[in-house]
Amino acid sequence: MSIIVKTMVCLIAVPVTVFGLYVVSHGHLTPGGGFPGGTVIATLVALMLVAFGKGAGGKLGGRGFLSSLESIGLFLFAFVAFLGMGSTFFGNFLANTGGIFGDPVAFGSNPGNVNTGGVIPFMNLAVGLEVFAALSLIILIMFTHSKEDTP
Amino acid sequence: MTFLVEHGPAIAIAIPFLAAFTVPLVAKLGGRVRDGCVVLSLALTEFVVLMLAGDVLANGVRTYALGASVPSLTAPAGFPVRIILEVDAMSALISLVAMTIAFLASLFSLKLIPAKEGLGKFFALFLLLSAGMMGMCYTGDFFTLFVFFEIVSISSAGMISFFRSGESFEAAFKYMVISVTAGLFLLFGVGILYGNYGMLNMAAIAGEVAAGHSLLDVAAISLIASALLFKSGSFPVHMWKPDVFQEAPANVVVMILTSSLVGLYVLFRILFTVFGTVSTAVAGWLIVALGAVSIIVGVLMAMPQRNLRRMIGFVAIAEIGYVMLGVGTGLVSMQPVNAFGVNALSGGLFHIVNDALNMSLIFLAACAVAYITERRDLSGVGGLAHRSAPLAVFFLIGLLAISGIPPMNGFASKLMIFESVFFLNPLLSVIGITGSILMLAVFVKVFVALFLGTPYEGKLRKTPKTMLIPMFVLSVLIILLGLFAPFAVDTLITPAAQALLDPQAYIGGVI
Repeated sequence: MSIIVKTMVCLIAVPVTVFGLYVVSHGHLTPGGGFPGGTVIATLVALMLVAFGKGAGGKLGGRGFLSSLESIGLFLFAFVAFLGMGSTFFGNFLANTGGIFGDPVAFGSNPGNVNTGGVIPFMNLAVGLEVFAALSLIILIMFTHSKEDTP
Repeated sequence: MTFLVEHGPAIAIAIPFLAAFTVPLVAKLGGRVRDGCVVLSLALTEFVVLMLAGDVLANGVRTYALGASVPSLTAPAGFPVRIILEVDAMSALISLVAMTIAFLASLFSLKLIPAKEGLGKFFALFLLLSAGMMGMCYTGDFFTLFVFFEIVSISSAGMISFFRSGESFEAAFKYMVISVTAGLFLLFGVGILYGNYGMLNMAAIAGEVAAGHSLLDVAAISLIASALLFKSGSFPVHMWKPDVFQEAPANVVVMILTSSLVGLYVLFRILFTVFGTVSTAVAGWLIVALGAVSIIVGVLMAMPQRNLRRMIGFVAIAEIGYVMLGVGTGLVSMQPVNAFGVNALSGGLFHIVNDALNMSLIFLAACAVAYITERRDLSGVGGLAHRSAPLAVFFLIGLLAISGIPPMNGFASKLMIFESVFFLNPLLSVIGITGSILMLAVFVKVFVALFLGTPYEGKLRKTPKTMLIPMFVLSVLIILLGLFAPFAVDTLITPAAQALLDPQAYIGGVI
């Protein structure tokens, strides 16, 4: 691809990642969450593959790494659910305890407090990791199997 | 122990899920660790399911609200919230069958599949399918049912074509198209119910339906029932089954066979428990008719087949027909309940258990033959009984059990179905018995061709222990269930039939 495309991809890489992480980490407050946020970050992989060609896939760690990342994300999700077993499966043992993500939710309309939600932010992070890795993997496989090499 | 039972419904679904996500990671440590993880997790789940079944049979319905402060807090303000799992005698029975088959199939698959890269992903799909089946058994609300339904579809389709052999892509594509269509039907039906009642909990909706129903409910029940018939592969939508049986790996076929029986269970759960007042004799007769046609079509199509796996696929369609014949008769004679209806229902439910065991045994034996001879096409193979006696015995036991010959379990359940269906219409019994005899003819032909005659000349691999053990366990279960059929019916089947006939217990578990 031309130098314009490459430069643009480098320029928007940081905003795209930051926006994706914002969507993931504010999943319990605003529309979004793990799935949309992970998708946003994965678009960066698509952009990089288009701009820099198949070689960029290897720099991301390749299929094995992304595949492991995907499993780790899923594992974390199920693990956090298991941690709630003190009450029930999926029990929210962190909410309203005052610790991390443990502030009680204010009553009435308010701008929202990131430090609430208990285990939900953790599950959003796990889902975000999983979706990012899985979608990147899909894009990578589709891209490496395509006949035309764009750059 | 109490912890395991109290959290049993969630644990039985969660362990296969957790293992499915762990196995691709653990697979990097080596084949043995991966296999151990798969078998151990399924064995643990089997143990939990057993404990849970014992508890449910002794103490009645057990509910579990995910994320609540205590498991039994299902309806805090008289209105059901959260995802609720509900286990009664019926779902406990089916989950026990499904998990037993999943555990044995996982053992069988250890040596069946050539060691290849990416096997961790195959077992991840295998465990996801187990978890999906557990979820379909235990779920107490419609949307979760849809989610697990889709999990079963996607993981099955992935496994059918996992090794990219032969025409497996075509089989997987066919299965996927049918499953996705079925999933959309189910989602549409669930959407109608949600719009109508503003909730998704099965027990709560059952309570509302009992108070009065509209035409919308009839539309929803038709959509949901057809979706589940797609999944179970009865007559009008049976065409995916022979293809899948022909092309998929043996362990996958056994799992898909079991998942179709789980689909039938969900159908019966919805027809009896949720829409018990709506599903009148018409629905029952429809199920009976579809079952009878399934028997005829399945057996007639099985006879001319030259491919053994494809033939077993058609027989599986006929076997589903027997279950539908029995349970449909139970549905026809539900209002008012009469003795032969209950007997037919018990027979149909007993046949679900027997069908899972018998079909699994005969299919695994057939695939073990393909494994030791190292051939996909078995047309030139004969006289194997001289060289591999255990396989011949296992195949013979499966054959006798499927054809309903005493003292096997197939005889017990088929007799219950025939003797009670006779009161509904004698012609149905005739169809059933003729189908059963033709199945015997079909399988005896195969048995003679494969195992009898001049000893097999070619090279033979040794049958691995991990294949013999599952087949041995299945044979023992088949013979025990056949010899102690009255005991099995009294302890397992009758409570399940009562659970279907008495929706109030299911509704009362939540509200």
